[in-house]
Amino acid sequence: MTFKTLKNVAFIGAVVIATVSSIAYAAGGGKSDYKMVHKHWHFNGLFGTYDKAAAQRGYQVYREVCSACHQLKHVAFRHLGDKGAPFYNPDYKNPNDNPLIKNFAADWQITDIDADTGDAIERTGIPADKFPAIFPNEAAARASNGGALPPDLSVMVKARNGGADYLYNLLISYDTPKPDDIELAPGQHYNPVMDGFKIAMAAPLSEGLVEYAPTTVEDHHTGEIKTVPAPEATVEQMAADVTEFIAWASDPKLEVRKATGLKVMLYLLILSILLWFTYQRVWRDVEH
Amino acid sequence: MSGHPSTYEPKYAAEKWLDQRLPIIRMGADFMTFPSPRNLNYWWTFGGILTLCLMTQILSGIILAMHYVPNVDMAFESVQRIKRDVPFGWMLQPLHAVGASMFFLAVYMHMFRALYYGSYKAPRELLWIIGCLIYLIMMATAFLGYTLPWGQMSFWGATVITGFFGAVPFVGETLQQWLLGGYAVNNATLNRFFALHYLLPFVIAALVGLHVWALHHVGQNNPIGVTPKTKSDTLSFHPFYTIKDAFALVVFLLIFAFFLFYLPDSLGHADNYIEANALQTPAHIVPEWYFLPFYAILRAVPDKLLGILLMIGAIVVLFILPWLDSSKVRSMRFRPVAKWFFLIFLVFCFLLGWCGAETPDNYVFKLGDVGLTFYRLSQISTIYYFAYFLIILPILGLVEKPLIRPESITKSVLGSKAHVPAAAE
Repeated sequence: MTFKTLKNVAFIGAVVIATVSSIAYAAGGGKSDYKMVHKHWHFNGLFGTYDKAAAQRGYQVYREVCSACHQLKHVAFRHLGDKGAPFYNPDYKNPNDNPLIKNFAADWQITDIDADTGDAIERTGIPADKFPAIFPNEAAARASNGGALPPDLSVMVKARNGGADYLYNLLISYDTPKPDDIELAPGQHYNPVMDGFKIAMAAPLSEGLVEYAPTTVEDHHTGEIKTVPAPEATVEQMAADVTEFIAWASDPKLEVRKATGLKVMLYLLILSILLWFTYQRVWRDVEH
Repeated sequence: MSGHPSTYEPKYAAEKWLDQRLPIIRMGADFMTFPSPRNLNYWWTFGGILTLCLMTQILSGIILAMHYVPNVDMAFESVQRIKRDVPFGWMLQPLHAVGASMFFLAVYMHMFRALYYGSYKAPRELLWIIGCLIYLIMMATAFLGYTLPWGQMSFWGATVITGFFGAVPFVGETLQQWLLGGYAVNNATLNRFFALHYLLPFVIAALVGLHVWALHHVGQNNPIGVTPKTKSDTLSFHPFYTIKDAFALVVFLLIFAFFLFYLPDSLGHADNYIEANALQTPAHIVPEWYFLPFYAILRAVPDKLLGILLMIGAIVVLFILPWLDSSKVRSMRFRPVAKWFFLIFLVFCFLLGWCGAETPDNYVFKLGDVGLTFYRLSQISTIYYFAYFLIILPILGLVEKPLIRPESITKSVLGSKAHVPAAAE
């Protein structure tokens, strides 16, 4: 019996090695001398959720700073008020009715066609609209940015090795001294986190660039509405906030996914224990 | 369908009526009472696990196809739409993507089991070959499916793989254009890849039917490789193996669920979250983990055509394996030398996977001026991979002295108590 157990342990070991090696393969590595800051994100871990206050401030940073050049084309305004989203309000289960969301949408002009005349018009945004394009087309975007194309940010945290840490470090590392062997063309900036260390985007954040106000969020445990005081708008603070927001935009269903996962795993765990005992019982008189 | 005498007796008039016209209940009943060797271990549970994998992929895939748009301008966006707006799309899309990885994880376990216990040997050659065919079509299906989200890795992976066909002498270029529906990967390519990706799983399902049929004709192999002779050597499939399979299946699902809910992107590439761009080649084009060993074999030689031939050869060699292994002994438990060569083979398979993920010029380790590059390591591993099948197994069967095998499964299980009648109910 011990030998059998040993074999079973070896078997499980094989499964674990196969699994772990696939995880290890999936993890990427850093490349430069700059020491990446590994933040403990609120959404990390098995029970991670988004820090709604940070994500709300992050939206402000996106709106006031990033959205000058970067689109969020896969995100609709109504998404901002979904469950698990930064501006979720339990009073408005349908985010389209949420006045905050309506205001965010109304902040944008949307290119449309007048239904009566067929003329091209600009109208005020509604919650059902997606974040509109910043530039009319790619050529216009490049022309306004010294030939570089500002990437869409909807899935940015998933689209780079290192995820949220990558984005955060990219934003806070602009003041790292440039090594002499890196030659910058006009319009290029040194950034130790960027692939190739050259980036067309100038340092987007500076101390006190946005004026933070206190945020209202639902407490994750008690469900009470509470007010979070405004932090100081340092570069690190703004970078962390906008990263929290872009992380949400990249993975808006993270909270429901992890919550469902917990129930599924618990169910499977209990089922596996029951099946183990059933297996023992069925085989109890059978030598094998 | 199966060779064992049927014990099914229809009880009701309707059952009798049906049994005389279409004995489908009898088929199911015979399936459940199929005599299975009593000594099967957990390595034999992957057949059931793989069946579930195939069903999961087909069901989730059909629903995804209802929402996916196979158009170069809309494909990437439609996947995002599925994940953000389609009810339970956030779960379905990763279920399908992670499911593909889990499918391959299970199929590799299943294949290594067959290699170790000699499940490919007579009379199971065809069973093995059908299995190899399923694996081959699985690879094609996975490759086609990986193109559909239309990310950077989708596009460039498709460009690289279809480029292989361009290396075929004389007709290569024409063949490649015919496959792509143009000069490069484009909308026509995406459309035909989608159509074929939807078709092939049903071909796999049909082959699985043949695989199970062949299995039930020749019976399962078992850890000692000795053919069951008496009734006490076997147990009814149900309840003994249904419960064992069910337990293993749920443990497998725990691993599956962990990846699905907590690490849904860990088995993919960040680059595939960037929409395909024909003008921008990613720094490293790397296939999914389950193709890495073959990718390493492809890159192990400087010549493109030779590399492709080696890669194809790595799979072809599996098909002829039943005639390469000259040993009559199935299970490596009784092959003291072959066992070690098999373990080394396993190590080299993992090394090949590692080489496939790394840049060939990088060093595995470096001591002063000398070191081992991944390129060299992939060459060494490729040589062993082929040597194992083409040299070691053919020769070893002739020179190796196998250990003494038990007379029967019953004897091996019960030892001295073998005279006691088996307790199989």
